[in-house]
Amino acid sequence: MSLPKWADVVLIPLINLLLALFVSGLVVLLIGEDPVNAMQIMVKGAVGSTYGWGYTLFYATNFIFTGLAVAVAFHAKLFNIGGEGQAQLGSLGVALVCLALPWPHWALALPFAIVGGALFGAAWAAIPAYLQARRGSHIVITTIMFNFIASALLVYLLVGALKAPGMAPESARFPEGTFLPNARDIFALVGIKFARSPLNVSFLLGLIACFLVWLLLWRTRLGYEIRAYGHSEPAARYAGIAPFRIIMITMLISGALAGLMAVNAVMGEQQRLLQDNVLGAGFVGIAVALMGRSHPVGVLIAAVLFGALYQGGAELEFETSVPREMVLVIQALVILFTGALDNMVRGPVTGAFLHFGRRRPKIDPAE
Amino acid sequence: MELITIIQILDSTVRLATPLLLACLAGLFSERAGIFDIGLEAKMLAAAFFSAAVAAMTGSVWLGLMAGIAASLVFALIHGIASITFRGDQLISGVALNFLASGMTVLIARDWFNEGGRTPALIDGGRFQEITLPFANALADVPVLGPIYSELLSGHTVLVYVAFLAVPATWYILFRTRFGLRLRAVGENPGAVDTAGISVVRLRYSAVLIAGLLCGLAGAYLATGLAAGFVKDMTAGRGYIALAALIFAKWRPWYAMGACLLFGLLDAIGNRYQSLELLGLPIPTQFMQALPYILTVVILAGFVGKAIPPRAGGQAYVKER
Amino acid sequence: MTGHSERGRPAAPDAPAIELKGISKAFGTVQANKDISIRVMPGTIHGIIGENGAGKSTLMSILYGFYKADGGDIFIAGRKTAIPDSQAAIAAGIGMVFQHFKLVENFTVLENVVLGAESGARLTPSLSKARKLLTELAAEYELNVDPDALIQDLGVGMQQRVEILKALYRQADILILDEPTGVLTPAEADHLFRILEGLRAQGKTIILITHKLREIMEITDTVSVMRRGEMTATVKTAETSPEALAELMVGRKVLLRVDKAPAAPKQIVLDVENLRVKDDKGVERLKSVSLNVRAGEILGIAGVAGNGQSELLDVLGGSREATGRVTLNGTDLDLTGKLSDARTRRARGIAHVPEDRHREGLILDFHAWENVAFGYHHDPKYNRGWLMDNDALRRDTEEKIAKFDVRPADCWQTAKNFSGGNQQKIVIARELERNPDLLLVGQPTRGVDIGAIEFIHQQIVALRDAGKAILLVSVELDEIMSLSDRIAVMFDGRIMGERLPSETTERELGLLMAGITDTDTPHTVQEVEANLAERHGKVQ
Repeated sequence: MSLPKWADVVLIPLINLLLALFVSGLVVLLIGEDPVNAMQIMVKGAVGSTYGWGYTLFYATNFIFTGLAVAVAFHAKLFNIGGEGQAQLGSLGVALVCLALPWPHWALALPFAIVGGALFGAAWAAIPAYLQARRGSHIVITTIMFNFIASALLVYLLVGALKAPGMAPESARFPEGTFLPNARDIFALVGIKFARSPLNVSFLLGLIACFLVWLLLWRTRLGYEIRAYGHSEPAARYAGIAPFRIIMITMLISGALAGLMAVNAVMGEQQRLLQDNVLGAGFVGIAVALMGRSHPVGVLIAAVLFGALYQGGAELEFETSVPREMVLVIQALVILFTGALDNMVRGPVTGAFLHFGRRRPKIDPAE
Repeated sequence: MELITIIQILDSTVRLATPLLLACLAGLFSERAGIFDIGLEAKMLAAAFFSAAVAAMTGSVWLGLMAGIAASLVFALIHGIASITFRGDQLISGVALNFLASGMTVLIARDWFNEGGRTPALIDGGRFQEITLPFANALADVPVLGPIYSELLSGHTVLVYVAFLAVPATWYILFRTRFGLRLRAVGENPGAVDTAGISVVRLRYSAVLIAGLLCGLAGAYLATGLAAGFVKDMTAGRGYIALAALIFAKWRPWYAMGACLLFGLLDAIGNRYQSLELLGLPIPTQFMQALPYILTVVILAGFVGKAIPPRAGGQAYVKER
Repeated sequence: MTGHSERGRPAAPDAPAIELKGISKAFGTVQANKDISIRVMPGTIHGIIGENGAGKSTLMSILYGFYKADGGDIFIAGRKTAIPDSQAAIAAGIGMVFQHFKLVENFTVLENVVLGAESGARLTPSLSKARKLLTELAAEYELNVDPDALIQDLGVGMQQRVEILKALYRQADILILDEPTGVLTPAEADHLFRILEGLRAQGKTIILITHKLREIMEITDTVSVMRRGEMTATVKTAETSPEALAELMVGRKVLLRVDKAPAAPKQIVLDVENLRVKDDKGVERLKSVSLNVRAGEILGIAGVAGNGQSELLDVLGGSREATGRVTLNGTDLDLTGKLSDARTRRARGIAHVPEDRHREGLILDFHAWENVAFGYHHDPKYNRGWLMDNDALRRDTEEKIAKFDVRPADCWQTAKNFSGGNQQKIVIARELERNPDLLLVGQPTRGVDIGAIEFIHQQIVALRDAGKAILLVSVELDEIMSLSDRIAVMFDGRIMGERLPSETTERELGLLMAGITDTDTPHTVQEVEANLAERHGKVQ
């Protein structure tokens, strides 16, 4: 009774997405706007200009990292809702690196910032991971709690030790040597005009991360062990795979990926540490991972899609009476349809395949 | 510290604990039936908005309350459809609903009131009024007990009393009725319930809808009792704190009350004192705010006795031979 | 709710208690039941026998309203009855004891019995009413059990009684039992059969589902045989034989014994001394176990499930820590710490066919080729530097699939889509092809069709003949008797004794399995039960 692979990876997510968009359209209609027009504005705003692309891919970069973070954890059957908090800690790590020295050049600062962000993000994931592995504390609840604790911690630091002179609870501006090359500057080198946007080299970092995660999961022994553990813990134990080790390593990788988001957001755009610098990207990662079926390629596509959604949503608010929160609604609907209501689509689709597909004789799976 | 200060803090504790308690009992019903509910926040938020919105438009807090409950029930129903009918992941459904509520409330608020995602401030009949218990004024001057009665016990809105009465009611329903027996059974072993000829689906839906009702009360209290109107994301993580309280209470009604009062107290102290000192060490307010979460992690870590959730919690029921 | 209301069925003594006509049921493309018809007369015990996956449980689940049949009719006491859900089945007087008990572990016996059959919305009156009735029922049918005990504190035999009481409390006239003896010692099974005979004497109708021929011959009046979803025959038990039934089950002549030459044991390969294991709750599961296995012999461990056999396999296989001393070919094995894991065990030459292939032996969502590396994924031949060499792995899988005749011969097939027998062949191929010094094998033929059983038994014997040591754990006494060269019986975490298959009987092994060592003197069922109860008390 299993579906062909293409239906599982392409058809069903697509139907789910369309359903989510359809319901979103109804919501738009409800608040008195034309959904088709809204859609046009969003698409045009997101990908109709280099400006739009710049923002779309900038947001996408954030979502690649948080999406990969959730996806990697999913493979070990760990639901890491703590991407938000881990990204916040990552931003602290990146900020500390950037503020530590008067960096002479970004190329020197970047590797250290990467290490800083990854290390802090991983550290924030380590405690829930340890509690799950050693004491069986449900990681969903502990990572939620750690999101709140992280945000309290950041506020504490930003009104205290890290506060720059002035009213706002934010850190000092990073030294100029940490500013990452912008898409506009890079394209200008080859003579292409690209509008000003926060898109920066971190996007390439995101692509590399996608490839490395793919390599990890499907080509290395560790990835094999992570996936095996995710399917069955007793089986993993039987095969000599230590659950403690897998939970810890997977969550450290997951936290590190979430933390890396700060390289793009904090180092690449804000260039200082703000109180709320993650802006829900940690949660978007859940939607991205669900829609991308926890596969790096899927995550990449879903991240770009959500990037476009965020950018398009901003344009929508600018041009119509549809507020930015519409994006949040669409995001919620995508999670709902792809994550929780998956069987609603899967059932009929499977039925259709059974009905129309060749009735190949199947062996009875064991009772 | 003076008695009156203590009473004021405790009074504020009771008020702040009320929404937590209602939401916590909501979670208790749902999770005892085997449906994890991290969407308490969503239901409260939806109820808060719709109760405030309808109260603002009609001037009647009771109509507002109805609307709030209805909104919360709709969210509960979606959670039920996703996790019971379609056997989806209960946690993911909860996450989705939290976002949905957070986005939808502001979206509709802007559309209806155009005040940047809030409702107009509620006045008079749009809010729940404080109830003065009999003889509260007469007894106010009696030393110690007088202020306790007139300040602490008297002078709350009706939902506060409802919340605290809901505790023994929950206990009775759960442990002394047929429905409660079945509800607890379906959270432990739905197979036993199914083979006994009882519908697992109907039982779980009832539990989820009771949770919707209680969250509706919690949200309505937030917007029309505690505050005077809805503001964006006004639940501010209370749904999660209620969840934390539920774990803290190990899924038992009386303990839930204790946990919610404790978290309410932390909140009350944090609100009253901008800076606190303990044994000469300054305690940052952020620490006070994070304390419920930290305590929950400590509980979950099993350092204060192990919290064992209902055995069938989080799993969709699939018939098996 | 309908605990003791009148059902008002007419007394028609000549009508069958149950009649099924043309029942069919498909799951997706799998036809689980094909046009099945049977008649069961009141006051009889009717057996349904068939291999795993023959469709017995599906049929009974339809009768109990658990599944809806695609076609066909059900008649109860001569009346056509629709059974859309369990409620309707209960109302029609049907009770079912499932293979996996449907009890709420942290409820009392009384609460479990009352659940779903309460007399009113308030619980207290329901419970006191049930308490009275339960006492009466217990006396009437010799089903004594403490109404206030928590289920989790009761042994499996007691839990089964609670299930029977549940059905009787609902005034069941028809009782279906699905593989009821799987978890019982022979003595407990005997007692169960006495209870069933008592129920039959009271006019109850009983349907017994089993795959054990012996039970059918022992207790049933009539028997139906199922094969591949079809009912192949219904006969009077007195007029048939085990051989004839086996042939009907499988569709061809079956060898009920394994062909093997006498063993030629050599040096000791595995030596276990004073092995002790505690579980998470601190309960001792292995209590000073000592045994040895020589090269070229099969040591069979007999015992009722849950007496420490799984823990023994876990410890030797490396997925559980223990204390004591274990040597393999004369060198010590680490029993705690990092080097006590399964990976190290495999490197030392121990292969392990686990008891439960779905839970442990396979990753059901992995392809066949990924499963062939499972546990051996560090082997250099599957790796190239940092990365795994998937091509080499697939080539290796194709060889194994061909050699062990796994069907379909497709290394891209997902493990869950193979039949039980072919899944087990994949596990056996992976473990046996390692040519281990010691093979641990648990329940090698559970849920496997008879054709594959023969093949798997031959493979195990061939490994023995190649001079390897084999430790076999099985709850099927027949399998132990026919495969082992030496038999050790486990009870309550201890080895109760060792016997040679040629010098022992099933009765003697049965008593050892119940913890009774002076097997020469006669024992009553009560003694056996007292012994089991005492052991359970200690476990708690």
